[in-house]
Amino acid sequence: MSRSNRRTKQRVLITGIAGNLGRAVARRLHRRFEIVGIDRRPVRDMPKDIEIENVDLRRRRAEDVFRREHLDAVVHLNIMHDPRTQQKEHHAFNIVGTQKLVELAAEHRVPKVVVLSSANVYGPDPTNNQFLNEDAPLMGGQNFMAIRDLIALDMFCNTFFWRHPEIETVILRPANIVGRVNNAPSRYLRLDRPITVMGFDPMIQIIHVEDVVSAIECALTPGVRGVYNIAGPSPVPLSTLIKMMGKTRLPVPEPLARTMLNAAWSLKMSDWPVPELDHIKYVCMVDDALARQELGFQHAYEIDRILSDLAAPPASY
Amino acid sequence: MSDTDVSVRDSIRRLRRRLDDALVGGLDPKVWENISSMRAGQNEYGYDPFGFEPEFLKYIYPVAERLYRNYFRVETFNIDHIPDDGPVLLVSNHTGQLPIDGFLIGCALLFDRQPARMVRSMVEHWVATIPFVSWFMARAGQVVGTRQNCRILLGRGGCILVFPEGTRGVNKTFDRAYELAPFGYGFMRLALENNTPIVPVGVVGGEEQMPTIWNFESLGRLLGIPAFPITPTWPLLGPLGALPLPVKYRIHFGEPMHFEGASDDEDRVIGEKVDQVKAAIHKLVQSGLRERKGVFF
Repeated sequence: MSRSNRRTKQRVLITGIAGNLGRAVARRLHRRFEIVGIDRRPVRDMPKDIEIENVDLRRRRAEDVFRREHLDAVVHLNIMHDPRTQQKEHHAFNIVGTQKLVELAAEHRVPKVVVLSSANVYGPDPTNNQFLNEDAPLMGGQNFMAIRDLIALDMFCNTFFWRHPEIETVILRPANIVGRVNNAPSRYLRLDRPITVMGFDPMIQIIHVEDVVSAIECALTPGVRGVYNIAGPSPVPLSTLIKMMGKTRLPVPEPLARTMLNAAWSLKMSDWPVPELDHIKYVCMVDDALARQELGFQHAYEIDRILSDLAAPPASY
Repeated sequence: MSDTDVSVRDSIRRLRRRLDDALVGGLDPKVWENISSMRAGQNEYGYDPFGFEPEFLKYIYPVAERLYRNYFRVETFNIDHIPDDGPVLLVSNHTGQLPIDGFLIGCALLFDRQPARMVRSMVEHWVATIPFVSWFMARAGQVVGTRQNCRILLGRGGCILVFPEGTRGVNKTFDRAYELAPFGYGFMRLALENNTPIVPVGVVGGEEQMPTIWNFESLGRLLGIPAFPITPTWPLLGPLGALPLPVKYRIHFGEPMHFEGASDDEDRVIGEKVDQVKAAIHKLVQSGLRERKGVFF
């Protein structure tokens, strides 16, 4: 690549690039932007023109990336969602990592920071509006401890947004990402017979990984800032999703489901924390009108495509 | 998965299909045509964003129609006061311990109106926490009553039933029959905000279905339900005593009312407008009471 060409491209730092989502973002963006990646995990299957720094974001060496490269944007995906990790480590990794990142961004005047939060910060609840907008309180932690660090992180970035008006901070809260990622909704739908809570069948929003990448791409547009909910195609009941995958659900009465999950969790036979049951019991859907209006976000993948990609990922991955 | 598993599931599926066919076959084709051609804003999978499935009505229809026509023998008056489309708020008095009035108003708009209109009513939060009930209510088009939900439905041109008296109205004892309890103001603010016409509804007959002598409030609180009515038959005769009496319902629809003004006015200003609606409902109920020949006929 020639030197002059190099300067015309903007530089984007992706934290957590080794993850499934990080890889998807890198692959989409690397032609338009010059990509630098940070991750403490080993990186596989990455386009050749991407620079990778193999380091924990909290380490000193991560600072060098900011000093060396004159970054035009940071996409922060380095957020752990593993319920099996020790709570303390989980919290420290997510919060301290994010704090470090925004600190560096402020210090080195990175004009744009994009953070990927989640619609789950609102939390499923029977009193929820059918579609929550960005002003809704982040109640996800009232029963589900493991989501508290994500809420703290989301709030932290909100504070950062107000403290540094010169930096365009974008916080994205996408609905359940389903596809080639290793998150709870995708793992749930991959089960042979997904368990449902008997007598409950909430409406569910799902979104394709590539559509989340599109949302991140939209968020990188200069001038865009704020908090945005991201949702894909119109919602359907959970039972319809399972039926569309050609599977049969296994309805279990709630007390039994709780006991079973609790036992399986203690015996390390399942990776489902018990409070996650609320997600297949109550609604937690978001209103993404703002993102469609202000970011120009549009979803490209309909439900059948999302589910078929989940069952058999396309070869291009 | 074993073979028996598959065969059992197959037979269940066959049984369900047969049941489905029998249900649709048993419906009055004209009425079903009227209902199934209704536009409810459903997506390509047959659901609206709130989980309402118009197809699902065929499971409710056979029972609902018997209750509507044979048990409560509902009579409607001036049902064409409700506009054919566009957002509208039906504001009704609320009576009779069990919210059957809401159910019957919904039936009236489906069975006795051409073209049919789907009534969406706002239900309590705790409905969403009860297994099966939450699922059933959502499929049948009932929505958890939050202001935002109502706003979305009105924006989609929905017909929404509101009981501004809330549980205060339902749980009255019989000595206060057909009195209107204090109204909430939320519906008026929503109507002003969305410029929605209000159709007052007066339901006559409901109070006599479960004449309540006393409301055992502390027991109700203990059981987590809004009230625990004591009637001459309940709990004396056991579960049978809780059945509503076969009273005749008469539903009177008033002329649409239009209001103008700021939706964020003081309560005093909103309250005056609410009082106009309340007076209209009072008039409908009183004239209905005068005109009716009997409670059961």
